[in-house]
Amino acid sequence: MTVTKTISTFHGGLKLKGNKQLSTGTAITAAAVVSQYIIPLQQHIGAISESLVSIGEHVLKGQMIAKPGSTISAAVHAPVSGTITAIDRQPVPHVSGLPDYCITIDNDFKDKWVKTQPLAEDYNNHTSRDLRQLLRDAGIVGLGGATFPSDIKETEMDTHTLILNGVECEPYITCDDMLMRERAQQVLAGADIIGHIIKAHECIVAIENNKPEAIKAMQAVIDADGTGFFRLQVIPTLYPSGGEKQLIKIITGKEVPSGHFPGELDVLCHNVATAYAIYQAIYEARPLISRIMTVTGHGIQQPQNIEVLIGTPMKDCIEQCGGYINDNCELIMGGPMMGLTLQSDHLPVIKATNCLLIRPCTEAADTKTHLPCIRCGKCVEVCPVRLLPQQLYWYTSCKNMERVKNHHLFDCIECGCCAYVCPSDIPLVQYYRFAKTEIRHKQQQRIASDTARQHHEAHQQRLERQKQEREQRLRKKREMLAARNKNTDSNNKEAITDAIARAKAKKAEREQAATKQPVKQ
Amino acid sequence: MLFKTSPSPHIKASNKVQSMMFQVLYALIPGALAAMYFFGWGVLFNLGIAISICLASEALMLKLRKRNITTHLTDGSALVTACLLALALPPLAPWWLTTIACLFAIVVAKHLYGGLGFNPFNPAMVGYIVVMISFPLQMTLWTTPISIGHGWPDFLTTFHWVFGGHLPTNANLDSISMATPMDIIKTQLHQSHFINETRASDTYKMFFGTLSGVGWQWINSLYLIGGIWLIKKGVIDWRIPVALLIGLAFFANLFQAIDFSTHTSAIFQLFSGGIMLGAFFIATDPITASTTPKGRWLYGFGIGTLIFIIRTWGGYPDGIAFAVVIMNMVVPIIDYYTLPKIYGHSNN
Repeated sequence: MTVTKTISTFHGGLKLKGNKQLSTGTAITAAAVVSQYIIPLQQHIGAISESLVSIGEHVLKGQMIAKPGSTISAAVHAPVSGTITAIDRQPVPHVSGLPDYCITIDNDFKDKWVKTQPLAEDYNNHTSRDLRQLLRDAGIVGLGGATFPSDIKETEMDTHTLILNGVECEPYITCDDMLMRERAQQVLAGADIIGHIIKAHECIVAIENNKPEAIKAMQAVIDADGTGFFRLQVIPTLYPSGGEKQLIKIITGKEVPSGHFPGELDVLCHNVATAYAIYQAIYEARPLISRIMTVTGHGIQQPQNIEVLIGTPMKDCIEQCGGYINDNCELIMGGPMMGLTLQSDHLPVIKATNCLLIRPCTEAADTKTHLPCIRCGKCVEVCPVRLLPQQLYWYTSCKNMERVKNHHLFDCIECGCCAYVCPSDIPLVQYYRFAKTEIRHKQQQRIASDTARQHHEAHQQRLERQKQEREQRLRKKREMLAARNKNTDSNNKEAITDAIARAKAKKAEREQAATKQPVKQ
Repeated sequence: MLFKTSPSPHIKASNKVQSMMFQVLYALIPGALAAMYFFGWGVLFNLGIAISICLASEALMLKLRKRNITTHLTDGSALVTACLLALALPPLAPWWLTTIACLFAIVVAKHLYGGLGFNPFNPAMVGYIVVMISFPLQMTLWTTPISIGHGWPDFLTTFHWVFGGHLPTNANLDSISMATPMDIIKTQLHQSHFINETRASDTYKMFFGTLSGVGWQWINSLYLIGGIWLIKKGVIDWRIPVALLIGLAFFANLFQAIDFSTHTSAIFQLFSGGIMLGAFFIATDPITASTTPKGRWLYGFGIGTLIFIIRTWGGYPDGIAFAVVIMNMVVPIIDYYTLPKIYGHSNN
């Protein structure tokens, strides 16, 4: 049953051309199996995973090949059965462009699974704690883009409302849309598991109104469910409605306090793709070894959605979609607003790869030169956080980092709305990233220098203390010696005078004796 | 194969500084045409001189500052400054007066402060103030509107006056020029004639229309329409002009309610002089205006208030330039104290 409820809105935002129909024409197809998979050990927010395998070892499909490196970290699994051929630094899709540690598996094409027994409906008899451990062992991370380890997110216990994020507000991307159209049942079953773990009372499924087919599919499953736990909320199409904080504002009308988690508002937000991965982990005992990915744009022959194993080289995915239309193009991982341009397609698909966007260079934004800021304030109008982007830019360019912090730079979500509307073509987000790095770097330096100073001071104090102790010891010793010397001195004098007296007495005796016996001669 | 990389976002809206500047110019056209119709060739001469001097000095300064001349000259900002200044100056302004104003605007007020985006004061208004203070006599040389007497002088007469500084023998300055309606009211008030007397008197009644002065009411109305178009196009923020007009109208109404015989109505104030040009085209110059939403309200209201004060008690006939520049000075303080409430913060 649909309960229509008034929804709120956030400040600013953009109405963007969706270009979604490009990739929604065909059903999700499985990506071709390739001979080699490269699995990066850092595919999530948090510490890098620790390898559990060694070169030459044979692994089974779904076998954990790296365990979480710390509390906030995730496990990594073998996408196929085969042999480990390398554990070394490989090029990975990361903003730094630097290579990172990866495990390379040569496929034996036997598709032999590790032995496991799915929990299925039995999960209802398990505690939240057990289920969280299970998600941790399955390597589940948020698939909406942030890749935050899911088991950590769900430590928010007894959260009233679960928001299932099916908004997908970035242009071009349709993987969540297609997932909801084709696998609504499984997505909602996954949401039910999350609901069980966090003891939620209701689950609000949020979908933008530009996805009528997904809305229909999800609504049908919700109606069939009939428990009243789920409620579908259609929201207006506005970028960035899919941002967690923005979506929470839309649904609840409340703002997540700065520097806090949504749990403060008794709300938890999960992406539909994450819910699906959780469903697979519980019902199929399948760890996160694949995801649905959109390959789209005006630079690719056959835009479509493919279900791809983590670690598949992007090049193979692009070939499967008919290849590039023209060599002169741009490859973006993610959407056009927040995505990352990649230098090469010889990179593995990772858990965060929701989209490969291929655009002819004619469509690419010209970033060569930009004019000065004319303070027109267009950026202020669109900023979903209500920041003053032009002031942040001004203070960043004159490196006044104190003012940058006072203008709440760290509340910036880097959605790119400001740079999109800027008439001077200023790459504003780039400036903010620079400022954030600069401030963090300074803070680290300060912490380092504080620690160094503390160490130095402690060292100095220790030296001083040791010096004083030594001096005290010496002083005591001197006093003792002096006391003893004094004693011996007076004793000696007495002894000497005694000795002199004795000697004199003896002498006197001798003289007396001599005077008494002269006659003997 | 290596692909090109660039920072996100990878798509851009089509608006550009240049297109914004040209939209401002388009919006000026109706009002400027009306000004030419009512005040004659002088308006055209002003525009011609101002545009050539501004573009030339802009190019020179860009060259001296080793900036890319084509990129910056085509951004349209110097053109906007030129047109605003030309339309603000009186139609019989001699060529050297326009030239000085333009040079001061572009060279000193704009480029010596760092060029586009860095000037704290509105360049056109700084140029205007310099000539206003230095040459008060020439700044009153408004032509007689078309419908009154002989109307404005013909092309040759205007040409001789503007470029040669003298009039042909068959013309004298008094027959081709006259005081503005606001000046008339002010002068008559000094001679103890109340406003309603002045407006009803045989000598002056032909200078006044339904809203304000003949010609002026039309010019202002057309600038208003151009301004509304700019707001609709998203080129300017609506808060500044609305706040400015409210500020001026508020005090005009207040003082008219106190004493209607010596204070003109809000409507007369709003449609006189350069109000609509100032409210929609000058005060809205984004570089020198406040940028926070709340700050723009304060900024606009401040300008409106100052205009009223200068018009009513000041020595100058109109106070837009002074009001704008004074408020320019306060902008950093306004911006600092009007930071908007940020998502997830309970207060500033």
